[in-house]
Order: sequence, then C-alpha cells, then structure tokens
Amino acid sequence: MAEENEGLFSKQNRALLIDPLDDNNPITVQVLGICSALAITVQLKPAIVMSLAVLFVLVFSNVIVSLLRNLIPNRIRIIVQLLIVASLVIIVDQVLKAYAYDVSKELSVFVGLIITNCIIMGRLEAFAMANGPWKAFLDGVGNAAGYGFILIVVAFFRELLGSGKLMGYEVLGHEAKTVAESTGLYHYGYENNGFMLLSPMALITVGVIIWLQRSKNRKLIEN
Amino acid sequence: MDRNSNVYTFLFAIIMIIIVASGLAFTATTLKPLQAENVRKEKMQNILSTIGVDVSRDEASQLFGDYIKQELALFPDGTVNDKVDAFKLDLSKEVKKDHDKQNYPVYQAEKDGKTYYVIPLYGAGLWDALWGYIALDNDKNTIVGASFDHKSETPGLGAEINQSWFEDQYIGKKIFDENNEFVSVKAVKGGAKADDMHGVDAISGGTITSDGVSMMVEERLKNYVPYLKNK
Repeated sequence: MAEENEGLFSKQNRALLIDPLDDNNPITVQVLGICSALAITVQLKPAIVMSLAVLFVLVFSNVIVSLLRNLIPNRIRIIVQLLIVASLVIIVDQVLKAYAYDVSKELSVFVGLIITNCIIMGRLEAFAMANGPWKAFLDGVGNAAGYGFILIVVAFFRELLGSGKLMGYEVLGHEAKTVAESTGLYHYGYENNGFMLLSPMALITVGVIIWLQRSKNRKLIEN
Repeated sequence: MDRNSNVYTFLFAIIMIIIVASGLAFTATTLKPLQAENVRKEKMQNILSTIGVDVSRDEASQLFGDYIKQELALFPDGTVNDKVDAFKLDLSKEVKKDHDKQNYPVYQAEKDGKTYYVIPLYGAGLWDALWGYIALDNDKNTIVGASFDHKSETPGLGAEINQSWFEDQYIGKKIFDENNEFVSVKAVKGGAKADDMHGVDAISGGTITSDGVSMMVEERLKNYVPYLKNK
C-alpha cells in the first residue's frame, strides 16, 4: 500500500494538519460547529477549555473510527460514530470531575455541545471512515486546531469589548460606579458594549472573520 | 462474514454496546468516590467562605471542623431535629417538599470567639438552579457574608452573582427591620439607596437572575424566622 511507504510528515500529511487552519477551516470555510462557536465565546477561558476538549475528543474518535473502519457495518455507521463520540465525551467529563474538578465545572455545560458538534461527525464520516489511523490523527489535530483558533479569536474580542476583561482580568481598567472613580479607559468615559455578550454578536464576529479571511485568501471566493 | 448482512450488523451493534456500556460503567463506579469527595469539599469551602475564611478546597475539609461547631437540622418551628445529618441534606430535594415536612439545615460557626449562623439557600434563576449560603452575625440579623452560585446563568450578566462585587454587597445588611419584622434583603433594579439596610444593587441585564436571588434569599430565610427569633 502506498500509505505505508509515505514518510510520517510527507507533504500530503502536512497538508492534513495545516489546511484546516486556513484554506479548509471548519468554521469559516465549511461553516460547521457554528452552534458551539456562538454559545461559549463570551469569555476566553471557557473557549480555550472547549477547544482542548474538542481536540481530545476529535483526535481520539478519529483514530478509533479509523481503526474500526473496515469492521463498522455500513448501515449503522453514523450511530456507531455517535456512540464512540458520546462515550469519549462522558469519559472525559467523569475523569475531569474526579481529578480536575474546577475544569469540569467550566466544561459541564459544553459536554452536550461536544457530542453534537458537527465538525466531529463530519470528520469521522468524511475522513476517518476512509483513511488510516495516522492520517486520521493528523486530520483530527488539524481540524480541532482550526476550530479552536477561530473560537479563541472570537472569544478574545467578545470578552475584551463586552466586559473589558481577558481571562477574567480587567485589562481596560476598573469600572467603578462613577466615571471619576474608575481607572484606565473607563476614566475617560469608555463603556463596555454589552451587546458583544449576546449571541448575535458572535455570529457577526464570525462573519467579520470570514470576510477578512476571504479578502486575503482570494481562492476561497465563490463565483 | 458479509459486512452488509443483517446478522453482522446486529452482532456488531451488540458487541459494541456491551464494550462501551461496561467501559462507561467501570469508569463511573471507580471515579464516584473521588467525585463525591470533591463535591463535599466544595460545599465546606463555600460554607467557610461566607464567614470570611477563604481557603482552598483541600484546606477546607481540614479546617471545617475547627470553625463549624454545630450542624443542625431544624423543624419548621425552629427546634432541632437530631435524627437528621444536616450536612447530608440535599436542599434541592428538600425545597420540593411541603413547608412543614422539610428539614432546615443551619451551621453554627465560631471564629475569633464570635458565633455565626450559616444558612444554605436554593432557588431558581433564569435558566436553571441557583444556590448559595448566607452567614448571619451573633445578633442573628446582620449578614456577615454571602456566597452564591448558579448552574447556567448567562455569562457576563446573570452569572455575575457568583462574583465578589455582587456577593460583598450583602455584608452588613439586615434581614429584620427596627420592629423585628422579617423583611429579607432584596436586589433592587436600578440600584439600592446607600442607606437601604434591606437592599443591594441588582445586576443590569440580569434582572431575572437578580430577582431569583431575592426570592431565594427571602423564601429560604423566612423558614428560619422561628429559630432566629429564639435568642
């Protein structure tokens, strides 16, 4: 088989890792996983936790499905994929609850969102079912990174403009009850944009990113 | 075997389910004690934080016994039910019972020679449950500390109730008025007056969560009035 003779990081394999970051980004190009991009990008920290959780689940489910790809009966492949994803997510959640309780509290709301994340199902169905485990591994890392990258960028702007904080730290100064008592930007009458905290602004932020990306990367523009 | 045959499909499904189910069951049972321990320590940490003892979760379980002198479960008339372990009471289940069938837990704490009374709270916010603790001073009237948390309130808005700027507003407020009538402490939309002993600022954009906190504090504390008035 050709796959066997290829180097571990052949050009093709590197493309698996890098493509999802830009040319084939799951959120901005394929427009998958939008639901979670809206739900958890209000603050930076949960967005990072979510990205790591998706990285873990996507890589493992990709590899497992890839290993089982010649055994899975065609007619029930979707439900088998779902079963694998769901069990991985539950195991992650249980382990975190026991050993990293604070992280698990951050993550608890998103567990359901990981299971229903279209990117994961999409990669399993489109890639892992047809490729070997190593390629599936690279594909998982690449796509999770592409997803996480967008999530973190959106969360960065939403937390900064919406609550004037990053990772919970007040980077724009402290907003006290009166302008005179406030420090930093707030001292000059700056106000947080509360609208950034609501879901529509996540959609608009993602839209702005899509626009910027396409103005740089012209081959993505459809006619 | 033919991968598209019904027999293969069924066999595959059955084997897969058995493997996954036993895997999950095994993980859940082995990790259960560790998880329960975390929840218990967190509860202790929250209770201690209301009387101004801010410690990590692990320290909380060691220091809990040093500060908390009595854990009481009360009957609705304010007398002690000594058949019930107050710490083990699940408030989310208690609140669903009728008023006179509930057990009302209260923790008597001692710090620097003063006695405090910590009362657990449980109520509803905009999306899901709210809970917390309120600590009363020796006079069983002045609040010395409050701690709130929530399951899934909106981040940046309602979720702010677990931030210290909101919780610390409760410090120094009183739950009884001059005539010794119970009035509770409410979160006031648009901001409470500076001299209001029974009001704190509500969260702008988090009105329903703020109201949820007000209702939770009032509804829970009301049940302790017979105990608190009994000096």
